[in-house]
Amino acid sequence: MSAAVANSSRGGLSDFFYRNSGLLTLALLLPPLLWIGVVYLGSLFALLLQSFYSLDEFSGLVVHEFTLSTYEQLFTATNLTIILRTAVMAALVTVASAIVAFPIAYYAARYARGGWKALFYIAVMMPLWSSYLVKVYAWKLILAKEGIVTWVADKLHLGWLLDALLSVPVIGGASLSFSYIGTFIVFLYIWLPYMILPTQAALERVPKNFIEASADLGASPRQTFRTVILPLAMPGVIAGSIFTFSLTLGDYIIPQIVGNSRPFIGTTVYALQGTAGDIPLAAAFTVVPVVIMGIYLMIARRLGAFDAL
Amino acid sequence: MRSEPGATLPLKAAAVGGLLFLHIPLALIILYAFTTEEKSFQFPPPGLTLHWFSVAWFDRPDIWGPLGLSVQVAVLATLIALVLGTLAAAALWRATFFGKDSLSLLFILPIALPGIITGIALRSAFDIMSIPFSTWTIVLGHATFCIVVVYNNALARFRRLSGSMIEASMDLGANGPQTFRHVILPQIASALLAGGMLAFALSFDEVIVTTFTAGQQATLPIWMLNELIRPRQRPVTNVVALIVIAVTFLPILAAYYLTREGEHTGGSGK
Amino acid sequence: MPAAVSFQHVSRHFGQVKAVDDVSLDIAEGEFFAMLGPSGSGKTTCLRLIAGFEQPTSGHIEIFGETAEGLPPYKRNVNTVFQDYALFPHMTVGENVAYGLMIKGVARAEREAKALEALAMVKLKGFDQRRPSQLSGGQRQRVALARALVNQPKVLLLDEPLGALDLKLREQMQEELKALQKQLGITFVFVTHDQGEALSMANRVAIFNDGKIVQAGSPADVYERPCSRFVADFVGSSNVLPPDFAAAHGGTHAWTSLRPEKIRIAAAGETRGHGQFAASGRVTSVQYQGAITRVAIDVNGTRIAAALPAGVADIQEGQALSLAWAADSLVAMEPA
Repeated sequence: MSAAVANSSRGGLSDFFYRNSGLLTLALLLPPLLWIGVVYLGSLFALLLQSFYSLDEFSGLVVHEFTLSTYEQLFTATNLTIILRTAVMAALVTVASAIVAFPIAYYAARYARGGWKALFYIAVMMPLWSSYLVKVYAWKLILAKEGIVTWVADKLHLGWLLDALLSVPVIGGASLSFSYIGTFIVFLYIWLPYMILPTQAALERVPKNFIEASADLGASPRQTFRTVILPLAMPGVIAGSIFTFSLTLGDYIIPQIVGNSRPFIGTTVYALQGTAGDIPLAAAFTVVPVVIMGIYLMIARRLGAFDAL
Repeated sequence: MRSEPGATLPLKAAAVGGLLFLHIPLALIILYAFTTEEKSFQFPPPGLTLHWFSVAWFDRPDIWGPLGLSVQVAVLATLIALVLGTLAAAALWRATFFGKDSLSLLFILPIALPGIITGIALRSAFDIMSIPFSTWTIVLGHATFCIVVVYNNALARFRRLSGSMIEASMDLGANGPQTFRHVILPQIASALLAGGMLAFALSFDEVIVTTFTAGQQATLPIWMLNELIRPRQRPVTNVVALIVIAVTFLPILAAYYLTREGEHTGGSGK
Repeated sequence: MPAAVSFQHVSRHFGQVKAVDDVSLDIAEGEFFAMLGPSGSGKTTCLRLIAGFEQPTSGHIEIFGETAEGLPPYKRNVNTVFQDYALFPHMTVGENVAYGLMIKGVARAEREAKALEALAMVKLKGFDQRRPSQLSGGQRQRVALARALVNQPKVLLLDEPLGALDLKLREQMQEELKALQKQLGITFVFVTHDQGEALSMANRVAIFNDGKIVQAGSPADVYERPCSRFVADFVGSSNVLPPDFAAAHGGTHAWTSLRPEKIRIAAAGETRGHGQFAASGRVTSVQYQGAITRVAIDVNGTRIAAALPAGVADIQEGQALSLAWAADSLVAMEPA
């Protein structure tokens, strides 16, 4: 019989994987899985382990014995204030970025066409991907006492307003770059694109005929917006909030550069593991945002936000 | 009945205002690279000069080391992420098994959790295993969060491949590797290139994780962080920032054009 | 002389679903073989088993006498024309057609010449530099055909080859495919859910239902002598007469098929005789279809539809009508 079934000595491995496609999936998946599993999850586990150790106050050395005393330390008044301060900031930043992001996302999704759409997209992607540090630095020079904000306020004869704002207790300060207001603005700025993109993605998935149907059924544009568009955009907003909330919770650079130097979770962790050398407490502190995010993700998942990621 | 009224003025104003808010700070960075005022951030700048570019080039040898290290780290991290991200996307593209969604979540985790957690976790792992800091400890961290960028881009493209195309190739006599080389790779190449460029941009300016994994070494962002905390010749920092913007802007733009025929994939998370 | 394709008790199960269930069949060399059935009947899975995209759960498959199970598609001398054509979008038409030869290591000049030849064969001379995206559906179909045929397969598999084409183009392609098959002498196996296509193109038809072959034979066999109600219904339209009615009108006491075109209008006063049988009833519907008129009457609850040549009579809904047929037009079937 001729070569009805072509013979080939090559591709023995290829044949094997053809017959065992499950093994092929496994073989493909193994390297990335090992990497994430060993490098990333392994490290997270090491971190968690550290939080159950404690620091010997006299020697300054880490005692490698299981204890919950580090977590007890976490619940002192000072530390709780830090956690609360960070959580409030993260919540405010999230709400504000949702408000600022929505019109941009809405406009880009519903009205921008062709070249404008591309421009909008790039205009959001650019700040998202450009250097974090450069962006923070930009605000340092904008908010400086001699910077552009003061200059504009003076030109508009609104210097008094700025001064009044800065003299408000708690949120005010010597200048914008040394106040909670400054920290808040920079956080908002840095994480805003993370809110715009998923919101826009969710809005683009609202079929046009939904809106037409709603109008057809006699809803005013305002009603259509409230009853059709907003609920359908929510998963996108929630997906965005995962990023804004989580990233604000853990950031340690922005409060160092712009702010009144009161500690946040991130700056505390940084200080603890660095100068203080108290790795166990630093580790316990990082568990806080993980737990908060875990709860947050569970709620978000229930609200269907993962489809919009 | 008007089913689609045009954008109202307040909406337009809010959208444009939002975009200005996003871009004015970047413009200012560029402006301040040309200022004649060295000690403060006076606005408007009292005068403009190109002086700081020559200072950065000739008089600040401390910039070159970090710049070289950043490029080196970004290249290595990107290469690792390209391989691992593509493998993961290829594996999860058509496979259906229990727990697949959790696996996807696992790859997203390094960018969804705050960078400080990744950073300190890696650092404590290095401590425990007594691994000394090196270029590779930085690369290790960067590759971990770059994988997801390549993964997202590759997966989106894989999903647009028709399954019968692979069967057609095998039907015509090509085995697995040949099918990958002649049919799959040419069709996912631009998505991989885009993913690689975004990964490069991401790694090149990463600072949060890097502070924990660099030890005494300085990447360009770490150099810049030091300049922010202890400034000397502020406009030089702006010159470097300008370079960083340029180095990251080009790959982002290129990535956009490489993937624009399909859905927008680059932005599904940084 | 072994069969081109031989299935021996082949099953393919996907979990609980028996896509192909104990199928045995032989396809002779040079045959134009059709696998006909509704969607989900297992015909496509059978095709994929021949191509090698699926492996049987149990049973034995031979292609020209050699065991096929376990062999990946790239080691079988069998080529497929896919339903969605599956042309490679990043290659020109010429590169698409030459792909199989390139993989085999045929030198560039030779494979380009062969590709041009194959394109000429499917009437696409001069299209080799175009991209698949620049072609119409019918042209893509031809490229897919050329891409498969250029490898000189022993068996050519076609998965719903004409499904995506419009009616005119489909009829044209049917003729061309038939001519090509005759000219090349290659065994063609094609899958379709369109009975007209299967009957007009194939030498032999296998009818699938629920993962099994319910009947196989020449198109005339299958059409004239359906073995079950399923076949009678699926291949063309047929009157399925209940056993009592059949026994009273020239048949045996069994479920019986009567093709509408075998029915004529009874002569005045005609009842039975000379092997002819008649039944009367009220006309329930009249459909004018150009060449024929479809008329249905109701005979005490049994509906009988006839396809009458146009112009034989002016029939109105509601009138009384007698229809007649020859006893040998009645085909007794299995009850299923």
